[in-house]
Amino acid sequence: MKTNSLNKKFDKIRFLEENNKLVSKDQNRLLNKFLNNKLAVLGLILFTIIILATIFAPLLSPYDPLKVDLRSMRQPPSLDHWFGTDNTGRDVFSRVLYGGRVSIFVGLGSSLMAALIGLAIGCYGGYRGGWVDVIALRISEIFTSFPQIILVLLLVSITGQSLTNLFVIFILTGWGGMYRLSRARMLSLREEEYVQALESFGISTFKICYKHMLPNALGPVMVMITLSTAMFILTEAGLSFLGLGVPLNVPTWGNILNVATDIVVLQNYWWMWAPVGIVISVFVLAVNFIGDGLRDSTDPSQQG
Amino acid sequence: MENNKNIALSVKDLKTYFYTNNRCNKAVNGVSFDIEKGKTLCVVGESGCGKSVTASTIMQLLPTLSRIEEGEITFYKDDEKINIEKLERNGQKMREIRGSDIAMIFQDPMTALNPVFTVGFQIAENLKYHTNMNKKEIREKTISLLDDMGIPLPEQRVDEYPHSYSGGMRQRAMIAMAMACNPKILIADEPTTALDVTIQAQIFELMDNLKKNYNTAIMLITHDMGVVAELADNVAVMYMGNIVESGTADDVLRRPTHPYTKALLDSVPVLGRGRNQDIQPIKGSTPDPYDRPVGCQFAPRCSFADNTCEVMPEITNISSSHDVRCHKYKEIFQY
Amino acid sequence: MTDKNDIVLQLRDVEVHFPVKAGVFKRTVAHVKAVDGVDVDIYRGEVLGLAGESGCGKTTLGKAILRLVEPTKGEVSYISPEKDMTELTSLSKKEMDPFRKKLQIVFQDPHSSLNPAFTIFGSLEEPLKKYGVKSRNERRKIIGDLLEAVNMRREYMDRYPHEFSGGQRQRIGIARALCIGPEIIVCDEAVSALDVSIQAQVLQLLMKLRKERNLTYLFITHDLSVTEYLCDRIAVMYLGRIVELCRSEDLYQNTLHPYSEALISAIPVADLDKKTKRIVLEGDVPSPVNPPSGCPFHPRCPKAQDICKSKVPPLKKYTTNGNEHYASCHLIDLPEVN
Repeated sequence: MKTNSLNKKFDKIRFLEENNKLVSKDQNRLLNKFLNNKLAVLGLILFTIIILATIFAPLLSPYDPLKVDLRSMRQPPSLDHWFGTDNTGRDVFSRVLYGGRVSIFVGLGSSLMAALIGLAIGCYGGYRGGWVDVIALRISEIFTSFPQIILVLLLVSITGQSLTNLFVIFILTGWGGMYRLSRARMLSLREEEYVQALESFGISTFKICYKHMLPNALGPVMVMITLSTAMFILTEAGLSFLGLGVPLNVPTWGNILNVATDIVVLQNYWWMWAPVGIVISVFVLAVNFIGDGLRDSTDPSQQG
Repeated sequence: MENNKNIALSVKDLKTYFYTNNRCNKAVNGVSFDIEKGKTLCVVGESGCGKSVTASTIMQLLPTLSRIEEGEITFYKDDEKINIEKLERNGQKMREIRGSDIAMIFQDPMTALNPVFTVGFQIAENLKYHTNMNKKEIREKTISLLDDMGIPLPEQRVDEYPHSYSGGMRQRAMIAMAMACNPKILIADEPTTALDVTIQAQIFELMDNLKKNYNTAIMLITHDMGVVAELADNVAVMYMGNIVESGTADDVLRRPTHPYTKALLDSVPVLGRGRNQDIQPIKGSTPDPYDRPVGCQFAPRCSFADNTCEVMPEITNISSSHDVRCHKYKEIFQY
Repeated sequence: MTDKNDIVLQLRDVEVHFPVKAGVFKRTVAHVKAVDGVDVDIYRGEVLGLAGESGCGKTTLGKAILRLVEPTKGEVSYISPEKDMTELTSLSKKEMDPFRKKLQIVFQDPHSSLNPAFTIFGSLEEPLKKYGVKSRNERRKIIGDLLEAVNMRREYMDRYPHEFSGGQRQRIGIARALCIGPEIIVCDEAVSALDVSIQAQVLQLLMKLRKERNLTYLFITHDLSVTEYLCDRIAVMYLGRIVELCRSEDLYQNTLHPYSEALISAIPVADLDKKTKRIVLEGDVPSPVNPPSGCPFHPRCPKAQDICKSKVPPLKKYTTNGNEHYASCHLIDLPEVN
């Protein structure tokens, strides 16, 4: 038998419907579905708070994140220093804020670039097939199967630590997934009749592929962008934590976490690593919730 | 139709409402009919009229966000009277009935069979669950079922997978699966719509034989008036959740009394009537289920409607077998 | 009546074979012979029905005429009103453009025939842009006129496909086919996916447009009740070949080919007085990968003789009721006409 709560919900809807209280608004169904998903909305809120905080860092914190102040080393959180100070007296709060800028920029930026490259090649390859597609497929397989760590070590040993290195590596290892995703979408889209209609008019291949079909392939790609962003941020944190990522003088969330390699800091000075760890987790969770929400709302089989 | 001995299933004032997207869709809004043993009842209507939902309701195969609001579904099993609407959806009693007493076949044979199991396995599952036969008996019965349904070389075919069957054969396999436990009622939801015309003809022949040989009561859902003319003993015409006209095939096809039935028959080219037949499309289109007209649902598209049609008409008995739901039928159709 | 000498499209020996590749080296092991040798002349202004069941090749033939699918053999030629003949199959993609204006197609599935990401205006203005309508205002005017021609309101051009019903989408598809002023329209099962009462609306619309714009239709369908009503001539296809081609009345009253006979008798008729004895064919619709030897229909034909198993019957010309009547069967007892 139906659960009582479900029955009650139905009764309520039926009552409203019969009294003409429910009107179908010509709303965007996607938006509606997304907003109904409480976790996704929570994710969106947290995501926005953190991003805005990093953007408005100068307004939120008077301290220079790089300024060393040996007189106030290792201070616990106080009204002066909300997250306390670190080993060399730098304000942890502003380091987290400014560090967020770099981490998010690297994560989001490389994710977007990877998506751009993946879409550009995947759309054309998926639509036309032929040798372009076959070659791209093989190349993407090579890149995706390459372990990131080896690549990073390689590049770092050749050119040293830098932000650009990370960008390059993330894009090189990330475009393959985007490429396969958009290619798969194109394979099914090219059988759609509106595509054949465009072909029957003799519209050029480029126009059909990039102007008409690409917007329909964006759905899953957008979801993947959010999820890749989260993954890249975590990876950057990991790499910087190991000292392989961004050089130590540029604050990033991973760099800040680096202090936790010292057992003394880990045990006694929790404010130097715990807040930044929590911020990373919250941000990644928020992005994941948004990604899940996007995926659910673009999936036509989910009942609203 | 009060002779209970001949009735296999009786539906009274059935209402099934859907609650998706936080709206209430009255998909089936007061439907009554009887399915007689050894006869075919054709439920005809276009998309959105609620015919498939009626079938799903009888089988209690509705999605989660829906429920049976009101009404009775009475299954006359041997000497028992079972109220299906009172049974738990996936309770033991309902699952016993489903598949062995009431069976259903679906529209698309391509997707109705599981591609990773052999056809024989899928038919055997039905027998395993509902009967006490042992493995050997089940295999023999499966092969004889495939043979009865006209599948050549059944001893070989029983171990093959659905992808090696053609569309027509898959439909036969589905019918074999449905008939495995000799159900009293067979519900067929547009069983030939996805098939070629020459294969349709084969399936019609098969279903006719089922009626004669097994005395099965068949409820056939379709949108094709031609199928109705070929197969139906009784007809129920549905529109937007109500039955607007019902009766024997003779009643409804020769003396259509509801404006919708008449309009439907007049809007379809009929083979044999040549190039100069007068095809009249029905003006307008089916209303949005969330934005229904008040009263008779067909009124906005009906050439005979007036103010009285703002009240939902009751069912009138034109003859002992023929019912219609219309205020104006007396003025329009003189037979 | 159409002028028998006014041919607009000529098909000679058209074949569309798709290779079946297997094995590690993707070698071609067999061919799907979707269209296997089709000869037909389409007259200007006529409605030619192309009927048959799944796998007979009618949709592939329709697409091959527009070169959406390339014929592997044979010629498709267009003949202008001034009697200039151009072989379309030999043209490059660029050279095809002026002819694409003359040949258009309406598809079957109203749900995938329009791009969900674009408004109706966005979808329809693309071909207009390509074929020289430079100003946006002019495009809006033309599209508005087209929508009105298919009995829809001008304002609908700013809406998205999901806001329309199946029948409305199909009408928009027809408007799209008309937008650059074609002479010939291939209707590929254009009403099959619609509700029965909507089919009639769309059929009437197609007939009205034909008269107004002097169009020629190739009407592809599996529904022989519709072809009887709609078409001047009908070609019945089976396994990639035309087995019968004649005036519409002659197909139903003077059927020559056994397959056409069986097909017509299999159709469920919505009239209790017209129930005839059904010819039920044995077996399944065969696959075009391995067509039978000799006459492709012989395994299912109730009248098959020995000659049918070994020799492919050519498409011969006969006369019934004073009209041309083509059929490919060894067992026809009429005198052949040249």
